[in-house]
Amino acid sequence: MKILTGNDLKTGDVTWWTGQDWSRHVEDAVDVEDHADTILREEEAARRVNVPYVIEAEQTEDGPRPAHIKDRVRALGPTVRPDLTLKPADPEAGNWVI
Amino acid sequence: MVEVIRMREDEPHEEPAVSLDAFLDQTNATAVRIEAGEDARQLIPFLDRLALIEVDFPVFGDGRGYSAAQILREEGYTGELRASGDVLVDQLAYLKRCGFDAFAPDAPINPQVMAQALDRYEDVYQGTTDSRAPIWKLRHA
Amino acid sequence: MYQYDQYDQKMVDTRVEEFRDQVNRRLAGELTEDQFKPLRLMNGLYLQLHAYMLRVAIPYGTLNGKQMRMLGHIARKYDRDYGHFTTRQNIQYNWIKLEDAPDILADLASVEMHAIQTSGNCIRNISSDQFAGATADEIADPRPWAEILRQWSSFHPEFSYLPRKFKIAVIASDEDRAAMRLHDIGIQLIHNDAGELGAKFFVGGGMGRTPMIAPEIRDFVPADELISYAEACLRVYNRYGRRDNKYKARIKILIHELGAEEYIRQVEQEFTHMKELGLNPPVEELARITGYFADPPFEDGASDDIDLSDPDFALWVDQNTAAHKQAGYAIATISLKPRSGIPGDASSAQIDLMADLAEQFSFDELRVTHSQNIVLPHVKKSDLYTLWQKLDEAGLAPANLDLITDSIACPGLDYCSLANARSIPLAQKISERFADLGRQRELGELKLKISGCINACGHHHAGHIGILGVDRKGTENYQLLLGGSAAEDTSLAKITGPGFSEDGVIDAIETVTDLYLEQREDGERFIDTYRRVGMERFKEAIYG
Repeated sequence: MKILTGNDLKTGDVTWWTGQDWSRHVEDAVDVEDHADTILREEEAARRVNVPYVIEAEQTEDGPRPAHIKDRVRALGPTVRPDLTLKPADPEAGNWVI
Repeated sequence: MVEVIRMREDEPHEEPAVSLDAFLDQTNATAVRIEAGEDARQLIPFLDRLALIEVDFPVFGDGRGYSAAQILREEGYTGELRASGDVLVDQLAYLKRCGFDAFAPDAPINPQVMAQALDRYEDVYQGTTDSRAPIWKLRHA
Repeated sequence: MYQYDQYDQKMVDTRVEEFRDQVNRRLAGELTEDQFKPLRLMNGLYLQLHAYMLRVAIPYGTLNGKQMRMLGHIARKYDRDYGHFTTRQNIQYNWIKLEDAPDILADLASVEMHAIQTSGNCIRNISSDQFAGATADEIADPRPWAEILRQWSSFHPEFSYLPRKFKIAVIASDEDRAAMRLHDIGIQLIHNDAGELGAKFFVGGGMGRTPMIAPEIRDFVPADELISYAEACLRVYNRYGRRDNKYKARIKILIHELGAEEYIRQVEQEFTHMKELGLNPPVEELARITGYFADPPFEDGASDDIDLSDPDFALWVDQNTAAHKQAGYAIATISLKPRSGIPGDASSAQIDLMADLAEQFSFDELRVTHSQNIVLPHVKKSDLYTLWQKLDEAGLAPANLDLITDSIACPGLDYCSLANARSIPLAQKISERFADLGRQRELGELKLKISGCINACGHHHAGHIGILGVDRKGTENYQLLLGGSAAEDTSLAKITGPGFSEDGVIDAIETVTDLYLEQREDGERFIDTYRRVGMERFKEAIYG
């Protein structure tokens, strides 16, 4: 599947395209099939996202898992600071990245 | 049509600028355009008869034109020095400090933002061809 | 240390307002990201993996307690309660909001600090020797020269859109603690035959994809021609440095392609012309600035005796303090490399504490080192024990300076959008594997440097042992390098061979250090043995 990601212009937060809006959680990302270019152009022009791009991901039971480790680190947070990730209560969360 | 912003009192020069190669081939042109990467020093023998030198910025991040302008002013050129191409409002103050006194930006520049950008810094840290006194000079005046 | 006058203050205050206006225009959509990016970069603001990252300049690595405390305040108020000290003697914050950035710059300006030109294709923060003004082996304090260069390079209209970034270091002793020859311009202050103080210039060093050691290009530049000579070096680069390929755009490539001789010829030609332009501040300006770097009021006759009866304290004194030019004083380095820690990270509480300790014990001065540690440059020996106790309570007393666990590591893939592999977990695991301090001390001085990609922010080329993280078909892989040095014996490390997994590379390091222990002769450091024995012997041990 293809999903879209970028950063929030004001806060810099990593965000994912949900089909209507941008979410901080990769679990909310949807497959955009062939529509990436149009969505990226419109959303960036409206400043709802900053420097967005399309990535490959795999659909899993827990939701989309980005193909590249860099985007998995973006989706979770720094593996060396579990307390600062989106899943601070889950000590195993880092394994999803690697 | 690109609108030229001039910060000079004299009348705009009417003759179209020719390329550096063309200029060096013919003897009577009074306006020349140099591209980024062309050697401004080739113009030194002809500065007296030039009324307009246009320096092109293909992208605003290509800073070679700043050195070209400084060199021309250091050599005593007093005619119009025009920055053309990808010239943006946030680069104008530095361009002016390097000796540019006219701008021909690809995209229009908001005059109000421009005025603010050019007037913002009261002082400067280093000497350039704009002859503003650097801060070290003010300290030891 | 240097203090702003009304001019300096107005410059940074104006910059804050300029950036506030630029941020507003970006948020309002008047600037595209492409147009805004170089503007935010020239104020130290990156868009990184998780958020915006702000890099704050610490000119030549020197700051006072009030400034340090402001760094802690920024960590608490605008970030997630910590900061990361970098290999360029700066600090960066990883979780900044664009809308907060102008307020942060305003807070910094209130204590004579800024983030000007901490990124972008311009002249970056000037780095220097962290022992400047305190060490006995310098011929002068290099920092006044660095400050002259700081002011000259700030908002330089001709050199703000260079082919690539530009880094300058200034030192003033034969011992090089600032990786001087791995900078775009490295300056060493020297005396000429007439006894005048001037600058020896080395140009075209750097790490990155194509590491190079800067060749000497002029043996003496007089103090009152420093700026015009630097202008000449920069102008040749600005005009002729490559702009077609960002990986070949640094000045080292220009000098490599032209040859040092031809570069020197062009610079000399430009210099002859520029000397006449009135670009140099008068010697009175250097004298004015030098006045700010006068020695603090040291106590005459302070005792050199230290009670070393506490063995842990004795180890720390032996490892982390250095000789001071003043009798009865020492230079103390605070290691930011605790066991399993993140190299260079400090919490806001630790930052505040270091600020307090600087005020109490070091004449209100701190330094940041390129090895990502903090220095208290002027500590009375009789205060060392009290200081150490306070550091120890806060986890700031690892006695591992220059040992294998005092590693440099870039932020790597945990934070950086350029990285191919993580660096920090490797530094952490190495600190676990070599946790025993006796073992570390047995290995002696060993500079371990880890980068998460070929841009080499972790200085792997200059490590006695270097590690380079690469991406091998989507998994992290680590190459091992040996034989680099960033000191006065500057050398570039070589890759041993095929890469390793994370655990594999740590095993390989152990193999290498075991071989060193087996092979070393009296008094040899790791790097000395490596140079004598040669790469082949180490390769055999690693790959069999």
